[in-house]
Amino acid sequence: MNRYPIWVYITVAVAVLLGALYTLPNFFGEAPAVQVSSARATIKVDNGVLSRVENAMKDKQIAPTGVYLDLTSLRIRLADTDTQLKAKDVISAALNPDPQNPSYTVALNLLSSSPAWLNAIRALPMYLGLDLRGGVHFLLQVDMKAALAKRMDSIAGDVRTSLRDKSIRHNGISREGSNIAIRFRDADAQDRARKVIVEFLPDLALTDTGAGDDLRIVASMRPEALKRTQEFALRQNIQTLHNRINELGVAEPIIQQQGADRVVVQLPGVQDTAKAKEILGRTATLEIRLLDEDNMNAAALMAAQAGQVPFGDEFYVERNGQPLLVKKQVVLTGDRLTDAQPGFDNQTQEAAVHLTLDATGARIFKDVTRENVGKRMAILLIEKGKGEVITAPVIRTEIGGGRVQISGRMTTVEANDTALLLRAGSLAAPMDIIEERTVGPSLGADNIRKGFESTVYGFTALSLFIIVYYTLFGVISALALVANLLFLIALLSLLQATLTLPGIAAIALTLGMAIDANVLINERIREELRNGISPQAAIAAGYERAFGTILDSNVTTMIAGLALLIFGSGPVRGFAVVHCLGILTSIFSSVVVSRSIVNLVYGSRRKLERIAIGNTSWK
Amino acid sequence: MEFFKIRRDIPFMRHALVFNIISALTFLIAVALLAVKGLHFSIEFTGGTVIEVNYDHAADVDGIRKTLEQNGYTDFSVQNFGSSRDILVRLPLKEGQSSAALSESVMKVLSAKDASAKQQRVEFVGPQVGRELAENGALALLITSLGIVLYLAMRFEWKFGVAALIANLHDVVIILGFFALFQWEFSLPVLAAVLAVLGYSVNESVVVADRIRENFRKMRKAGVTEIIDNAITRTMSRTIITHGSTQLMVTAMLIFGGAALHYFALALTIGILFGIYSSVLVMAPLVRWLGVKREDLVKPVKDRKEEAVV
Repeated sequence: MNRYPIWVYITVAVAVLLGALYTLPNFFGEAPAVQVSSARATIKVDNGVLSRVENAMKDKQIAPTGVYLDLTSLRIRLADTDTQLKAKDVISAALNPDPQNPSYTVALNLLSSSPAWLNAIRALPMYLGLDLRGGVHFLLQVDMKAALAKRMDSIAGDVRTSLRDKSIRHNGISREGSNIAIRFRDADAQDRARKVIVEFLPDLALTDTGAGDDLRIVASMRPEALKRTQEFALRQNIQTLHNRINELGVAEPIIQQQGADRVVVQLPGVQDTAKAKEILGRTATLEIRLLDEDNMNAAALMAAQAGQVPFGDEFYVERNGQPLLVKKQVVLTGDRLTDAQPGFDNQTQEAAVHLTLDATGARIFKDVTRENVGKRMAILLIEKGKGEVITAPVIRTEIGGGRVQISGRMTTVEANDTALLLRAGSLAAPMDIIEERTVGPSLGADNIRKGFESTVYGFTALSLFIIVYYTLFGVISALALVANLLFLIALLSLLQATLTLPGIAAIALTLGMAIDANVLINERIREELRNGISPQAAIAAGYERAFGTILDSNVTTMIAGLALLIFGSGPVRGFAVVHCLGILTSIFSSVVVSRSIVNLVYGSRRKLERIAIGNTSWK
Repeated sequence: MEFFKIRRDIPFMRHALVFNIISALTFLIAVALLAVKGLHFSIEFTGGTVIEVNYDHAADVDGIRKTLEQNGYTDFSVQNFGSSRDILVRLPLKEGQSSAALSESVMKVLSAKDASAKQQRVEFVGPQVGRELAENGALALLITSLGIVLYLAMRFEWKFGVAALIANLHDVVIILGFFALFQWEFSLPVLAAVLAVLGYSVNESVVVADRIRENFRKMRKAGVTEIIDNAITRTMSRTIITHGSTQLMVTAMLIFGGAALHYFALALTIGILFGIYSSVLVMAPLVRWLGVKREDLVKPVKDRKEEAVV
């Protein structure tokens, strides 16, 4: 009656074995490492980089304990943190001769020190949250109203242009909140305007208001276009954040969308929060200006380099090192740019960047290019008041229609880079930090120690008590609890769920609650024995009767856990994930695992006089 | 070893009125405390900035307060956190002030006064996030309560669901009452603890309800009072052992978990201790008063089949 078919024992054994295997990496700890990744989309981390890094370290007599190259990054494991810091400087100097314009991101990181075969079966240590490893967490809110206002401003310009193209007279176009109001004097113009807008700007929903000689069309964005605008703004902001964080040299940054208008940024291990905040909050704008070619002779450039810039000009150095004098007057700003894509020139097949301007931008651009054929203009990225010339092409013809192509002296790689910079150089909408959490590394280590200690001491006390109280059945219950802990940690490691301090608390709490099932079973067996049933029958009855109760109580605990998981955020979610997983593992371990052991011990004995579950002889 | 060698059923139901008066009183006191003193919400709910600073010697809390005051900060609080060398500075939200600037300027002031001041942790929560967290917390509590009632109503009967929920919400209110009385900080982890306790103490009610159902089947002659008394007595040993075991874990957390887990463990402790009492001695009398009957739980047809197994 107390025998399981052989496959159950095998399943349990395999489960415990797998649990132990995937728990194992957590015991090896992590070693300091330096991670090299590409700072630009166009630069690859390959064997060439590997040998450069190895040579540089050999020169300075730094011996790494392991070097790993994967598709996106190179990781160098080092013996201790002192060597790590030294190695970072050495590698950084070797790979980035110009620190102002780094090609590679060299960052400090931690690498699991478990043996290679464990890494090969994807057995990794648990992924520690910021409160345990230290770092910065930001929640940023994208100001969608501003993004929308910006978009509506440019649409208002489009409306103006298309009405002028069709020679429709209007009495003024203005943005009112998130709507555009177009005034007319007569109904005929209003009518014709509506037709034009419907044809050229299908994203707008129109309503007619007003009477007499104050007729109006109020245009608002259709819901689907609105959604598209918001998604675009969010995507662009995330892209921009990615680019900026690359500069920080963070090993494993997390930049994710949360909800419709929020972005989570997590930077593990970053200590300099001031710099992180500054970089995140930076606003970059794009400007198109003309070069002051009249003054751009060798002498003037020399003087400018020495600090004597002609009046109305600014001195810049182009990316290829060529000095330039750029007029201060701005022709166009990035607001007018709606898209930038890399591509090729139709005639010459040269690499090029295709820009799309909105209607107003297109008109200005047409006028400016008509008047300046043969001259050069500069496209600048202005960040924190400092500008950088991305490119300074020659204007070949008048350019109309808002589609601009920048080409010449550009490789495909550079075209890609430039398009990316133009697209992502500026934020689509301003962002505010609405939540910030910074944890120092010593505090993180402290949290791990405290969480670990409470679990270990609590677990030991609990096991001792249960063994004294239920003797052999107590030992079995304690073993089931160990199995539970293995399963839980293995699952957390396997899923790479983020472990936080509340998560560690949840591990301890789950173990404390999981014992409930075994207490239920053991008490039930004692009771059945007292009622005079044979030991074998008592074991069977104990497990069977208790199971319904165990299931019920775990379901109610699970309901609370799921509610926390759904509605919780931050620390609560970390708690809820572990809590829910723990409930699942505890049902299996306290019922199936403990029963397997009991069956192995007692199941095969025909004549069982008594079982070791404490004294039950009193009546 | 065995702690409870109870040979005869303890007549709990005879004293049901006493238990109910005690529960009602503690409940009312807790509600009054909540109404009068209110909860001391953490910045996660109210919004604001918290900065944890570590010194390499005992921190001079009054001196730090004065320094901050002299530098024009208002409405802040400074207190020790965990040890005498760690302090926590709390600053309320201010219109048009970014967290970045605030934490840095405070740290500048503190390090100017004492070079050993080291920033350990900064937490900033904006007003909209705080409101959302409070709303989500309330929603989680509501969903959990509804879920539990529904499940128990499905598995047993609506009377058990309602009685178990009242019993356990009574625990929740008492935990909150303690937090109001001592003005302990009510943070997100504490909320998690409260909900975990809610799910956990319902276990007790489930175990007792299970026993009541079983007794209705087995003890054909017995009255409702006898059946409930027997169910409580028979499960008492298990209830206390289980809660004791869980409390062992929580006590370890209370002792070794440090300041970060302190209130979390404290909320669990109160919940577990009151859970023993309420889920047994509040829930069972309530079930009786709601008028539970044999027919509510024992379906005639199913009954015969079950009998065969036993």
